[in-house]
Amino acid sequence: MDGDGLRLNMNGLDYLILALYFVTVLGVGFAARRAIKTSVDFFLSGRSLPAWVTGLAFVSANLGALEIIGMAANGAQYGVMTVHYYWIGAVPAMVFLGIVMMPFYYGSKVRSVPEYLRLRFNRPTHLLNALSFAVAQVLIAGVNLYALALVMQALLGWPLWTAIVVGAAIVLAYITIGGLSGAIYNEVLQFFVILAGLIPVTVIGLVKVGGWNGLMDAVGDTKLGEAGLHAWQDTGSTANPLGAHWIGIVFGLGFVLSFGYWTTNFAEVQRALSAKNMSAARRTPIIAAYPKLFIPLVTVIPGLVALVTVKGLGAESGDLQYNNAIPLLMRDLLPNGVLGVAVTGLLASFMAGMAANVSGFNTVFTYDIWQAYVRPGRSDEHYLKVGRWATVAAVVIGIGTAFIAAGFSNIMNYIQALFSVFNAPLFATFIIGMFWKRMTALAGFWSLLLGTLVSLSLYLLYKGGVIHFNSDLEESFWGAGLAFVTAVVVAAIITPLTAPKRDEELRGLVYGMGGIDLKGDVLAGDAVWYRSPVLLGVIAVALAALFYIPVF
Amino acid sequence: MDNHSQPAQDPLIDESEAEQRRSAAARLFDIRRVIGGLFVAYGIIVTLIGVFDSRAEIDKAEGVRINLWAGLSMLAFGLLMLLWQWLRPADPPAPNEQPPGS
Repeated sequence: MDGDGLRLNMNGLDYLILALYFVTVLGVGFAARRAIKTSVDFFLSGRSLPAWVTGLAFVSANLGALEIIGMAANGAQYGVMTVHYYWIGAVPAMVFLGIVMMPFYYGSKVRSVPEYLRLRFNRPTHLLNALSFAVAQVLIAGVNLYALALVMQALLGWPLWTAIVVGAAIVLAYITIGGLSGAIYNEVLQFFVILAGLIPVTVIGLVKVGGWNGLMDAVGDTKLGEAGLHAWQDTGSTANPLGAHWIGIVFGLGFVLSFGYWTTNFAEVQRALSAKNMSAARRTPIIAAYPKLFIPLVTVIPGLVALVTVKGLGAESGDLQYNNAIPLLMRDLLPNGVLGVAVTGLLASFMAGMAANVSGFNTVFTYDIWQAYVRPGRSDEHYLKVGRWATVAAVVIGIGTAFIAAGFSNIMNYIQALFSVFNAPLFATFIIGMFWKRMTALAGFWSLLLGTLVSLSLYLLYKGGVIHFNSDLEESFWGAGLAFVTAVVVAAIITPLTAPKRDEELRGLVYGMGGIDLKGDVLAGDAVWYRSPVLLGVIAVALAALFYIPVF
Repeated sequence: MDNHSQPAQDPLIDESEAEQRRSAAARLFDIRRVIGGLFVAYGIIVTLIGVFDSRAEIDKAEGVRINLWAGLSMLAFGLLMLLWQWLRPADPPAPNEQPPGS
């Protein structure tokens, strides 16, 4: 994004809307401060939040602007097939997290995802995961920050460094002061502001192309053609816009990649751990699945509208890249007023993404690295203070990465893809450990390490040109699948050779060992049928399947 | 599942669980008030812009009075949030916050 081609015509009222938002976000941070006395208050909101709040924060933590802009770009590039990222690539995994895995996470009272590994396996497994997660989060926070700055530069004409510093300062302020409550409350607010910005773009876009039918007809005439209107029809081979076979979509995206991301990513799971009881924690990802079902309406549809209405969209560089689909529609369709809301929504989504990374980092750094290995046995106040400083450090390092990224934007894309290779082996280690009580601590360590090394090597060989795949997506399917299989095989070989953990140590951590109480902390009202996690989860998955019918 | 047993114990987790009685989390305000407030403000601003929109602005949005509609929608949404909070205030901290037996 360079040049003035994308510059929006913002007026004073648009800036008033933006300023009002910044003030509110900071106010939420300050107001959340009085609810912080202990480290658990700071890192997990004192485990006190209602399910609708944690659920919306859960979806919002993933609704970073990279996601919104990227999915609209995919919509323009690959057409309707982009919905796979939502309906099969997210919803089933979110429901699985809520119904099957959350009892172990929440029931064992662990304070982070790596901490589960410490209890279930051993300290080396824990340290490996805590360090890789911490490094990934600060680097990805930097990527988010850089992307934020690029958009502000292109849309508003702000210098890159001003945008980086302003964005970072706001996130820093509300998390350092308000802790996870500040982050989560702002994520809920951001969720609604993002929608308020995207819905007008979608509505006017649809009016412009003559409604849904007009859009379908028009897409048939573009370079995407008829194939851009179907999610499954051409997946018997790889001759479809996404270049993916249905087996790859179901097992690669729908199983290994999405379960790896949604069920073990602490930046997501942390939102559920802050829920007030087991029922609310289990409902958190399931409540999040409902908005997730509908988000393609405001990302994929604008992507298709941009494909139809913006001549020359899809250039390799310059203003007409696919990534600019939503900014271009905002420029062309929105008058001042809603334009201000849309810009605010876009900036809000960048901050949501970055805040999730930073608040995940400070918790893992404090509990899993500092308290477990560096300075154990200090007072709770000490760890609270460390958490605040870790937040500052994360943001400062994020700014550093953002400036490095400014020089090497491609490298940052790779870094982000690179860290996704950690998810599949981590998920394999988790799922075996949760359901096979015999799995030993050493098996856990080697499964995680070797699985990660396999997916990492495959990624590097692909990038180095040694191994060929049709697309990055195909590489990630294979990398994730291979890592998953490696972790399973390693667990199966090492477990019989090493000593198992005692049954008492596995209580509450492994299926069938007892120690998990699904009902003990239940509040009046949680028992009603429409708050049943299983029922809500089944409905979400059924809706995802139904939604495919009109775009099969 | 077994209903009366405790999960495996860990010193680090027990430590932070013991701090639970000092927790100030119950003092957290209700986010519905903030969401309601911001959307009412946005609704009023954008609706007013919409009322005074010129022909050029309406034409830009394909003839849709988008500011008016979006403004009224945001106003309604904000008022609904405030109404929800007013009708169903947050649960007071329940006495059974702690799981039984701990």
